Amino acid sequence: MQKVNLCDACSKEKGVQDPTGFALADLLLGIGAAEEIEKGAPSQRCPVCGFTQADFKKSGRLGCSACYETFAEGLGGLLKAMHKGTEHIGKFPQRAYREMELGDRMRALNEDLEKAVAAENYESAAALRDQIKRLEHEKSVQR
Amino acid sequence: MKFSNVMATGGEWLRGDGPHHQIVISSRVRLARNLRERAFPGHAKKAERTQILELIKPRIEELPEMQDSFSELLQDLSALEKQVLVERHLISREHAAKSVGSAVIMNRRQTISIMVNEEDHLRMQSMRSGLQLKSAFKLVDKIDSTLEAKLDFAYDPRLGYLTACPTNVGTGMRASAMLHLPGLVLSDMINQVIQAVNKIGLAVRGLYGEGTEAMGNLFQISNQTTLGEKEDEIITRLSKVIETIIEKEHDARQTLLQNKPNTLWDQIGRAYGVLTFAHAMTSKEALNLLSVIKLGVDLGVFPEDRRLPIDELFIDTQPAHLQKSSQQKLNAEERDHLRAEIIRERLRVFPKPDISKVAQESENESSSEPQDNE
Repeated sequence: MQKVNLCDACSKEKGVQDPTGFALADLLLGIGAAEEIEKGAPSQRCPVCGFTQADFKKSGRLGCSACYETFAEGLGGLLKAMHKGTEHIGKFPQRAYREMELGDRMRALNEDLEKAVAAENYESAAALRDQIKRLEHEKSVQR
Repeated sequence: MKFSNVMATGGEWLRGDGPHHQIVISSRVRLARNLRERAFPGHAKKAERTQILELIKPRIEELPEMQDSFSELLQDLSALEKQVLVERHLISREHAAKSVGSAVIMNRRQTISIMVNEEDHLRMQSMRSGLQLKSAFKLVDKIDSTLEAKLDFAYDPRLGYLTACPTNVGTGMRASAMLHLPGLVLSDMINQVIQAVNKIGLAVRGLYGEGTEAMGNLFQISNQTTLGEKEDEIITRLSKVIETIIEKEHDARQTLLQNKPNTLWDQIGRAYGVLTFAHAMTSKEALNLLSVIKLGVDLGVFPEDRRLPIDELFIDTQPAHLQKSSQQKLNAEERDHLRAEIIRERLRVFPKPDISKVAQESENESSSEPQDNE
């Protein structure tokens, strides 16, 4: 084995990659993974945990659950290539189910409220507002 | 429960009596879960990891399944103790490298083990002997359902459970079975089987998972993908493939018996000779020879009541188990001597291989095979 110390300029000239830029993501997730994730804006940073695309490229792991949203654009193609499908059809937490249900009910009530207001039916509008308030309270308790 | 208790009692799955236990050593199902909007363990600072651990650990300890459990912080376990847990498949090699901010909790029967702050905040695993993936899933699914009411798991309606590594997103489930396939190895068919299994999106790995060598003719087969398929669909698909491999292994053994009986008896005889008389043995050699003896028990060359002592040796001759039971740290050479000594001692009462028993065994082989596929 031959060991050579190269300065920045020489290493570029000789085509030696920057070792810190070594893409573990490629190794763990398949060639092209590191490139794929860069499809989003390159300077993007997760607002929740501060993770960057460079971090993902290095580790092949994400920083927190919110990263899935932050890096959604780049992750989309990656997940598609990696898995059987692109949407989860298995188990879900009951909490998530109730949240979805509450969201649906909330949307319906708001639509009804808009209609009631448009029809100048203020009595039922007031009743609907009360219901929405109760639902909002229920939602905040669950969190 | 103390570590000495863990050491003294082998896992229930080791006393193999599940369906197809001759070929399927164990079935495991693990679920990965994370807390919403908290940094994953690999990205979290020490303080946050500790905070998350303090949030999760009591919730696990109060589970009815975890009464009288073994619960330990990783920094309180010695390197040797961690390695013992790895050798029993109770924690991963990655988890053994963790210290402050990580923990392991397992039940007395060693059928459930939960790692806190491995790669994900929670890695819950259940283990069963033989081919019992469905019941292993049921066990861990129940724990997950209890915990989700107390902990806010990261979940997205479209992507499912969100995990540190995108390869686990969706169900967060990895189902795997450990198979003993000496017949397929001896008849040079194992690579074909591995390739075929890989082609249909399942992974084949060595004894200790990703990137490890296949020793003792032991192979782990697991699902590769976690998104776009339901948990029970994944398990059914995997179970079917494993049943096919079991059939192939039986076929390979029958073919060897018919076409190359002398090669087979030679292998078994040599394994018996070396194990009975050697004074130094690496763990790799031990596993490979023990595998041949195990095949001998399956074929009736050794009596059935010799199965458990051989199965136990598979675990007891692993490096950390050797050192832990001898209460001292040993170098490689000392380990090899001790390993050979333990094996010699246990095989002292072992009868010589008797190939006259084989013909009868293979005649009623079909009736002696367990019919129950869960």
